[in-house]
Amino acid sequence: MMRGNFLSFVKKESLHILRDKRTMLIVMLIPVVLMILFGFAISTEVNNVNVAVVAAERSDGVRDAVERLSHNEYFTFKGYIAQDKIDSYLRSGKVGAVVVFAADYDRCAELAKQGVEEKPIIQLIVDASNVNTAGSATAYLQGVLLGTASEQAMFETRMLFNPQMKSAYNFVPGIMGLIFILVCAMMTSVSIVREKEVGTMEVLLVSPVRPVKIIFAKMIPYFAISCIVLVMILLLARYLLDVPMTGGVGGIFSLSLLYLVLSLSLGLLVSTIATTQMAALLISAMVMMMPILMLSGMLFPIENLPKFFQVVSNIVPARWYIDAVRKMMIQGLPLVAVWENCVILLGMTVALLGVSLKKFNDKLE
Amino acid sequence: MAAIEVHNLSKCYGGVRALDSVSFAVERGELFGLIGPDGAGKTTLFRLLATLLNADEGVATVDGFDIKSDYRAIRSRVGYMPGRFSLYPDLSVEENLRFFAALFGVTIEESYDLIAPIYKQIEPFRTRRAGKLSGGMKQKLALSCALIHRPSVLFLDEPTTGVDAVSRSEFWDMLAGLKKRGITILVSTPYMDEASRCDRIALCNEGHILGIDTPEGIVRGFDKKLYGIGAKNMYALLERARRADGVEDCYPFGEKHHLVADEGFDKGRFKALLSDVEGLEIVEAEPTIEDMFIKLMKR
Repeated sequence: MMRGNFLSFVKKESLHILRDKRTMLIVMLIPVVLMILFGFAISTEVNNVNVAVVAAERSDGVRDAVERLSHNEYFTFKGYIAQDKIDSYLRSGKVGAVVVFAADYDRCAELAKQGVEEKPIIQLIVDASNVNTAGSATAYLQGVLLGTASEQAMFETRMLFNPQMKSAYNFVPGIMGLIFILVCAMMTSVSIVREKEVGTMEVLLVSPVRPVKIIFAKMIPYFAISCIVLVMILLLARYLLDVPMTGGVGGIFSLSLLYLVLSLSLGLLVSTIATTQMAALLISAMVMMMPILMLSGMLFPIENLPKFFQVVSNIVPARWYIDAVRKMMIQGLPLVAVWENCVILLGMTVALLGVSLKKFNDKLE
Repeated sequence: MAAIEVHNLSKCYGGVRALDSVSFAVERGELFGLIGPDGAGKTTLFRLLATLLNADEGVATVDGFDIKSDYRAIRSRVGYMPGRFSLYPDLSVEENLRFFAALFGVTIEESYDLIAPIYKQIEPFRTRRAGKLSGGMKQKLALSCALIHRPSVLFLDEPTTGVDAVSRSEFWDMLAGLKKRGITILVSTPYMDEASRCDRIALCNEGHILGIDTPEGIVRGFDKKLYGIGAKNMYALLERARRADGVEDCYPFGEKHHLVADEGFDKGRFKALLSDVEGLEIVEAEPTIEDMFIKLMKR
């Protein structure tokens, strides 16, 4: 009998969700849109950077370097230009970077090889109006040019795991951290608060069923939706954005399930504080979304934050989740390697669930 | 033991005493009405008895169970219909009913005989979303949901507010039918004319109970003579009448003003005094519950 009514709660809640087609569509579309947006449109990666070359004479060394550039899929070689055209080319946006070879480039390189003279100098002039792109373009350009085996590098930088600095790799874990809070925390809190606001909570409370049961029944459909979204994101990440996921999908999936439960608990906590749907929405947006965007390492590296915010970021669950997913997705670490993050997330889940269940009142006050 | 017993129940919200030391008892199988305007404390009283709020002072029992210590027992044996529509608008009539049946661990079929007189009227629309029902039909559905577990006590907080006159009358007929089946009903309404449908009523105002009696008893308690007066300029008449000798009170009442006569009031003298008032008429009137309410409120 009691099992029966638990299932009918789940059914009722699912009906609410299924009947609200617009919300349903948004929940399913947002992850896809975000993935495509961050994966392709908003990118800080080096992609199709137009490069022009300035060289007094097209010596073997210069031609060798240009050869490398034009064969690289991330750069497009736009031809040789004159020294005085550099500024206008960059300004008009015809090119994103200009490589300038010294007139005696070959000779210097030769002498440098023999250890006689200083290493040759290549000048990179980069359009830095987009700092992120400029930074990674420069780094990658250096990588390409200095990769010439015959030359001796002035410095050596090696990009591990993500040598092309594909931004999608970085964003996918961030999007996951954001989406699940959105689906689980925001939607559950709004749906619980709706019952309070509409007045159905009053009727539900004046019944033999314990409120905790009603609440858990509410969470199950949202948990199911989140699982579908999770699978969608993983598929998109793997096959559309070519994220390697060498660490094994199982680990990422398990960790994500834990994060889902955590998000649900967060939503429950919000629902115990808010009395109107609007308030629940605002709390979810301000208290949860902003820290995730700013303090989780999704957009800005945590190391770049002011000291104070670095400390604050420790209590943002998404920080630990995103960090762990990055390690598993991009570095290819197994789940055991991020056990610290798992423990922290588990602890947070238990604490949140405990506090919100304690706070959840079976009276109206 | 009475179905509902309330002793000196008080409840404050901030500094406002929503309910101030209220006491009354409702017998088993009785249809008991709480009559009073908005802000009288009716909803607070319902929420206290339905164990949704904690009382500041006083004790109360419902069906023999204390509202504080045995609130779980009360929750499974009362039917509660809050003041505003509290069903799921996006679920159909039948889905709502099935859900509430499941909530109480029963099936529609088990309780069908009890809800049939009410539910049959909306059954043709069972696939319609509850949010798309008319006001009267919504109330019928809400009542069916409140009855689904065969409660011994029914709490109905302003069930007829916002419902058309015909549906209101039908609704009271349904309550009479439920009373016959032995269900104790506590119902509130701001409409004085509905009070006569109750076995006994309590007149409430600003957290106090002004009087408890049968509707007839309440009216009988009105021991002054009452007149209905009218004139072309009703407002001027009110001002003049209030200042006249032997007039205890005069207040607007529908189309006429009601004039409560004090000792020493004389109809002839009153007419003579207001002889300059155009179209003056004065007839004896039967006191109603509303007259009694106004009288008690002013005391």
